[in-house]
Amino acid sequence: MSDSAIHAHELTRRFGDFTAVDRISFEVETGEVFGFLGANGAGKTTAIRMLIGLLQPSGGAARVAGHDLATESEAVKRSIGYMSQRFSLYEDLTPRENIRLYGGIYGLTRDEIRQRTEQMLARLGFSEVADIAVRSLPLGWRQKLAFSVALVHQPRIVFLDEPTSGVDPITRRQFWELIYDAASAGTTVLVTTHYMDEAEYCDRISIMVAGRIAAMGTPVALKTQFAVDSIDELFVRLARPEQPA
Amino acid sequence: MTSLRGLIHKEWLHIRRDRRTAAVLVALPVVQVLLFGYAIRTDVDDVRLAVVDPAPDSATIALRNRFASAGVFRNVAVVRRTEELEPLFGSGVAQQAIVFYPGFAQDLGQGVPAKLLIITDATEPNTASLLQSYAQAVVDGYVRSLPASHARPAPAPRIVPQVRMRFNPTHESSNLFVPGLIAFVLTIISSLMTAISLTREKETGTMEALLVSPLRPWEIIVGKVTPYLAIGFVSVVAVLIEARLVFHVPLRGSVVLLLFEGGLYILVSLAFGILISARTSSQRLAMMGTLLATMLPNVLLSGFIFPVESMPRALQLLAYAIPGRWFVTIARGIMLKGVGLEYLWPQTLFLASIAAVLLTASVRSFNERLE
Repeated sequence: MSDSAIHAHELTRRFGDFTAVDRISFEVETGEVFGFLGANGAGKTTAIRMLIGLLQPSGGAARVAGHDLATESEAVKRSIGYMSQRFSLYEDLTPRENIRLYGGIYGLTRDEIRQRTEQMLARLGFSEVADIAVRSLPLGWRQKLAFSVALVHQPRIVFLDEPTSGVDPITRRQFWELIYDAASAGTTVLVTTHYMDEAEYCDRISIMVAGRIAAMGTPVALKTQFAVDSIDELFVRLARPEQPA
Repeated sequence: MTSLRGLIHKEWLHIRRDRRTAAVLVALPVVQVLLFGYAIRTDVDDVRLAVVDPAPDSATIALRNRFASAGVFRNVAVVRRTEELEPLFGSGVAQQAIVFYPGFAQDLGQGVPAKLLIITDATEPNTASLLQSYAQAVVDGYVRSLPASHARPAPAPRIVPQVRMRFNPTHESSNLFVPGLIAFVLTIISSLMTAISLTREKETGTMEALLVSPLRPWEIIVGKVTPYLAIGFVSVVAVLIEARLVFHVPLRGSVVLLLFEGGLYILVSLAFGILISARTSSQRLAMMGTLLATMLPNVLLSGFIFPVESMPRALQLLAYAIPGRWFVTIARGIMLKGVGLEYLWPQTLFLASIAAVLLTASVRSFNERLE
């Protein structure tokens, strides 16, 4: 159990009378790409925000990267990276300056920062735009940069909250290549998405409906279990159970 | 007709959903009228009077009693020598002094013009003129109450008061206004800087990235405040040069002390901006909130335009919480009176306390964000 990257037990979050996340339990293994699916308002973002320490759980417990969320939040923060659906880079700074800033925030030394910066810029093919303001880059480029910056301190786990919304299919494809690169290097990836084709790329997925996990498993196993042709179909059936399938 | 009803209903819903704005819209005029109404009252009813009476006699005692019973003056000190007035004025313990000379009763009785000196602190010219005429009225009343003459054809008793204004002898109103204006402008700009830059980070999402990082709240705040403190400090230097070169406001005290106090005041304002940003979610709101929360109190309650002394007790108490009030006193003290920390330490202590409270509160507001 201590091996798993994320271990959530009966994690709950209430806002007044409304229970946004209702006793969810799941485990994510190290190096896994774990997809978090659910309709808008199903509780995905609330669940993620608890796991990264932005929201206090109302109940339950979780261990993230081997650290207890409630008592070792500092250690948790050090071992995770996060990329939100909103853009998290400073648009008036250049890619190089953004990398340096976040490298410094996560306590990298000057040499490490210099070295990582060159590596990242080269891998992204950003050498020519390294010194122009981020706001003048296309959205897809910015998202790829944001992902790399979320990995600047080589976290054990990276949380991606709808990283590809609004991005064209080709860039999405490239983005997923970056995700696979990170996963094969041993980084655990927890990603939320609206795109059902992306769900198929994940090692395992969970589908949240009304604050609870309605289904969890590998895409193939889930399709067999529910006798559906695609995750898309499964998603619609789970999200709107009152309708005949 | 129905569509219009619908439209009105919709607008009503907007207002109901945004209770905070509605409350501001309703409360603001009430508060403004209240504040302006009271603050603009320029009568003075608690004049801190010092008396220099080297040789008390029946006449000086009688005149002193007249001052005491006039209802406006409060006797803060009776001393023997004029030199002893200096610290009283420097610290602001006394606003006005009457100085008697030996032989006052004798001169009066013989019809010789009796000398009397009235000294008034003129750092606030409007108040000073008022105090001057109050004192004059008391003296005139006393003279009229004296028996017309003891022995004809002796001349009627006369008092010839000499009048002197301290600190700002020429009644330069720019001397009064510029230090206040400096306080006013600095606080608005400084609060705006932090309030806007923090809410911008909230709007763009970078704040989340900072909160997810291992940075502690106080680190985020220090990181925000430090550069703006430097910018604010440059503004302090610039407006002080402007005050000197353009408005010819004297700087009689220590430049170093004034710069230090300026920095402290900027810090207070920056912390205030952070606190505002913690309660607002958009740059637009933060800007409105900051302007409202800094402009009004700093115009009305800082003593910049309306002397705090002439406000009712409740407003005077409220003014204790206004940083501008302390900085205005400090800036006037250093620039016009040339006094130092020996007199200004209470005000400095108040400013420092407000800074500590605001900074602590803003660190708290960051912790609260992680509900």
